[in-house]
Amino acid sequence: MALPNHTPLNYRIWHYTYLTFCGLVFFFLIAPLFVILPLSFNAEQYIHFSSKMLALDPEGFSLRWYEDMIYGTKNPWGLATKNSLFIAFFATIGSTILGTVAALGLSSRHMPYKAAFMALLISPMIVPLIISGTAIFFFMAKVGLAATHTGIILSHIILGTPFVVITVTATLSGFDHSVTRAAASLGSNPVNTFMKITLPLIMPGVISGALFAFVTSFDEVVVVLFLAGLENTTIPIQMWVGLREQLSPTIMAVATCLIIMSTLILVTAELLRRRSERLRGINR
Amino acid sequence: MSREQILSSDGIPLEQSLKKAERKNKLKAVLLVAPLFLFILIIYVFPIGDMLFRSVDDRMITKMLPKTFQAMENWDGQELPDEPVYKAIYEDLKYLKENKTYGKIIARLNYEKSGFSSLIKKTVRKLNKIEEGNYKEQFIKIHKRWGQPEYLVALKNAAPNWSYAKYLKGVDMRFDQDRSIVQVEEDRRIYKILWMRTINVAFWVTLFCFILAYPISHLLATLPMKYSNLLMICVLLPFWTSLLVRTSSWMVLLQQQGPINDLIVWIGLAADDNRPELMYNVIGTFVAMTQILLPFMVLPLYSVMKTISPSLMRAGKSLGGTPLVSFVKIYFPLTIPGIGAGCLLVFILAIGYYITPALVGGASGSLISNTIAYHMKSSLDWAFASALGTMLLVGVLAIYWVYNKLVGIDNIKLG
Repeated sequence: MALPNHTPLNYRIWHYTYLTFCGLVFFFLIAPLFVILPLSFNAEQYIHFSSKMLALDPEGFSLRWYEDMIYGTKNPWGLATKNSLFIAFFATIGSTILGTVAALGLSSRHMPYKAAFMALLISPMIVPLIISGTAIFFFMAKVGLAATHTGIILSHIILGTPFVVITVTATLSGFDHSVTRAAASLGSNPVNTFMKITLPLIMPGVISGALFAFVTSFDEVVVVLFLAGLENTTIPIQMWVGLREQLSPTIMAVATCLIIMSTLILVTAELLRRRSERLRGINR
Repeated sequence: MSREQILSSDGIPLEQSLKKAERKNKLKAVLLVAPLFLFILIIYVFPIGDMLFRSVDDRMITKMLPKTFQAMENWDGQELPDEPVYKAIYEDLKYLKENKTYGKIIARLNYEKSGFSSLIKKTVRKLNKIEEGNYKEQFIKIHKRWGQPEYLVALKNAAPNWSYAKYLKGVDMRFDQDRSIVQVEEDRRIYKILWMRTINVAFWVTLFCFILAYPISHLLATLPMKYSNLLMICVLLPFWTSLLVRTSSWMVLLQQQGPINDLIVWIGLAADDNRPELMYNVIGTFVAMTQILLPFMVLPLYSVMKTISPSLMRAGKSLGGTPLVSFVKIYFPLTIPGIGAGCLLVFILAIGYYITPALVGGASGSLISNTIAYHMKSSLDWAFASALGTMLLVGVLAIYWVYNKLVGIDNIKLG
């Protein structure tokens, strides 16, 4: 942002101070993530930048921690990955279906007590996880679902639905209801109308809600800490356990993989958001 | 004056058939919401209700000493009770000894009054020697505390089915012998400190987030699209990245041999052998939580600032306002909804934070959530964990209510 030539000096100083401050904040936000990448390629066992690494000597780098992550016997990362994906997959499907259907109802102008229902359905996102974890643990222990995949999936559905409800209601807020009326007047039944007309139009919202639900489940550790047995360990649980003991380069390797995954998810989510805004005719 | 009724094609008055259609639509909307509503009700709302119930539930001891409490019902608590009370205690303890379950009441009674542990253990050990009749005398012979009314008063105080003693414990209070509420001894007051620290951390993290987020949201909202989209990634990538990954990167940065300490030593602020502790204390909690929660402040601020037309500031300037005056009088008031939304969201999230304080906070940086987890997983005092959880929940729901009134829950923006 170049300033016009006639700008007085004090404004000029103020302007550049402001830009520098913003630059530092962006650095503060993003830099911590990039500390992890080089350390995961460390040839040594310690979590600091060795002199060889700083000199960019190839000997200072290695893939041994990635090998340890995949083939290492000490950390059950394989089992954890399998469990995490399994749980997140079913939790996402559950959250997306329940959340989308509920959002359709909530967006209807005929829905009574809309605000109250909305507040209740969003509450799992607001209530601290430690409280949700405690309450859900008591419940699952009572019905015999503690330390089962089913129990964890059910609780992750609860935690994921608020995101789906929010994104889908947001998409539906710009929805032109005359298209469904047009379909109905042309003789389509409600189910057909939904599948052929409504769903494709709100799809970006549904998918971005599903992404949120997936990430919520994939990243969730507090509730799983209460519910999981040894068999149900997930990636976040393994990281939590590892971090409590000591920082190991293998954890850095896992973290790098997770950062790559979140980058992919971010790109997908951004593309979807832009598409959705285009479809709703919002040009910002 | 008669009104002509309009009929629809099938002969039913239009008003009536309109109402019918409205009812049908209403039912349809309710049916769509119903599955999720029931799901959340059963797996979420009821369990939270159950948690509230557990926090006041004190029936365990009532069930284990039924005869004692029945016999004590009419005792006024002044003089030592008469023979039937001691007989009832004897019978209850005998039953518990046979079933080997007396261990549970020891902890509970010791909480009521310290000294019960040795009293019960000794009595149970010598229970076989007690002969029928004259229980009172034999009991006092086993342990002199059976002859002190305050122990029997404490026993009677444990009788009710419901008790809010756990809530009192959560604010460093307890019941005195005569059931009046008093503060616990000064060196045992830990929970008030914990609550204050939790609120303190949440407050300062919210403030830091606000100070850091306001300028960058403004920059993001005013820059041309192609630059702002690029910079937005700096906000969104941490937002989408696993919480544990972000926490572990702070553990790397803040450790004693870590880059930040290296920098401090290099600048010369500290000697190499005297590196400051940046982690496992409240500093770690502050820094890591501020970075982790910052996106939740930026996104609502950004979405509000985006809607403010730049011509308003130009108008302010053209009317003779300095940039500062136009900012204070025009721009800032327009961003208040965004500030409210962001601050409340960050405060709510911060007050219940668990993972980050547990990993980088150490003992002096741990918050109320960490204590709840400790009582759930280590001390196994679930009733107390439930009571603390309920207190936290009430606080969060109060802020949530304010948030809903001010911002409207359907205005939450995600990404």
